[in-house]
Amino acid sequence: MKEGRRLRVLVAKPGLDGHDRGAKVVAHALRDAGLEVIYTGLRQTPEMIVEAAIQEDVDVVGLSVLSGAHTVLVPEIIALLRAKSLSDVLVCVGGIIPEEDYEELAAAGVKGIFGPGATTGEIVDFIRTHAPARTDPWGDGAAAEPTEGGAR
Amino acid sequence: MSIVDEVLKGNRLAAARLLTMVENRAPEAAAALRALHRHTGRAHIIGITGPAGAGKSTLVGGLVATLRSRGRTVGVVAVDPSSPFTGGALLGDRIRMGRLSGDPGVYIRSMANRGAMGGLSAATAGAVDVLDAMGFDVVVVETVGAGQSDVEVARLAQTTVVVLMPGMGDDIQMIKAGILEVGDVYVVNKADKEGADTALAELGTLVGMAPQRPGGAPAIVRTVATSGEGLDDLATAVDAHREALRKTGGLHAHEKSRSRSLLIELLKQEFLALACRSASTGEMDRLVEEIAARRMDPYLAAERLAAGVVLKGGSCPGPAAEPVTARRRGRDDLSG
Repeated sequence: MKEGRRLRVLVAKPGLDGHDRGAKVVAHALRDAGLEVIYTGLRQTPEMIVEAAIQEDVDVVGLSVLSGAHTVLVPEIIALLRAKSLSDVLVCVGGIIPEEDYEELAAAGVKGIFGPGATTGEIVDFIRTHAPARTDPWGDGAAAEPTEGGAR
Repeated sequence: MSIVDEVLKGNRLAAARLLTMVENRAPEAAAALRALHRHTGRAHIIGITGPAGAGKSTLVGGLVATLRSRGRTVGVVAVDPSSPFTGGALLGDRIRMGRLSGDPGVYIRSMANRGAMGGLSAATAGAVDVLDAMGFDVVVVETVGAGQSDVEVARLAQTTVVVLMPGMGDDIQMIKAGILEVGDVYVVNKADKEGADTALAELGTLVGMAPQRPGGAPAIVRTVATSGEGLDDLATAVDAHREALRKTGGLHAHEKSRSRSLLIELLKQEFLALACRSASTGEMDRLVEEIAARRMDPYLAAERLAAGVVLKGGSCPGPAAEPVTARRRGRDDLSG
């Protein structure tokens, strides 16, 4: 198994619909593509999703919404991500999203929308291509002064 | 401001980024962990292990909530398996800990084991140090839980909790499982299921026969994690164990043995990295080819690669060289 960076993806279901088959299929496909997927389960609030994204240091947040509440929940999540300095996280949405809402979601900051009929291969490719490059806000500050006895 | 300072101040974003660097074995991570080391050693490290499906994640969720109600802050490292084929992983422990997600006194990090054996990932010890240095009162480590050899956590944790459930087989199955030798606290979870009393009785007998643990005879607790039953008893048993360890000098002994394991583990990693780096491009592939074709045995190939590090300080010896022998003693010497 290779060392080094592995893309980490949070798959979350905001809102109240209980249909997670799609989210699980996508999570499974991402895992099979070699990504590390954190699945948070059903009925997550925007705050829970953003807090999980922080703690898990994910590159991508995938939101599955089938309730029709996407135009409310998704922009709220993206605003929260930005407020918590996670503005470079790639946000994708899947589920039942009417085409007339695509523009609104894109304007809110959604980069990829995958409705019924999207293949798992498309989703994997999209994430691989669009996952943000990592920046290091603390520069090489990580290499702070060595502790006593550090040989190297 | 360095990432180390930010982590020490409790900056969750910085901690998240550092945990990623630790997992990826980024060069900066080693430097940061070195700087953090003197700030560690304060947290109570609790390991949770047991077979898959015993309810570990749910129990961790419940235990963390109980500890929070007692005023303790808690960091969690939850390890799940990576696919040995693709390296991908589906990390699902947060599903059972959802309600803890918004609590500022809790930090949960899921980790894939990335091929490591023994129920943890290579980065788990480092992750525990990061959370310890951040100032969490308790750090809970949940193992993969894939089988009976899931016992690495006992080296890392001061208090190891073994989670079992009714109907797991007879007492011979329990004796076979190495997990019955590492527990400081045993939990029969799902105790509302049939067979709970039998499991508790058998466990009591077996634990009574097991070798003495530092910190005294293991406690046995019955829980129903989904309803919250027994969680208070579990938190009390875990606290009592640490107190017993502290009184008997067991904490220091554990700290020493953990430091020794850590040192050996780091040596292994250093050595492996050196061996991989010193193998010329294609050398590894060529050796694999030779082994698969039965032209070379894997023991010789490994010794060659190791010799490249030890003898030549970098480059690997050629394929036709004499067999290089006997350099296995280092490991035994160190683990004594």
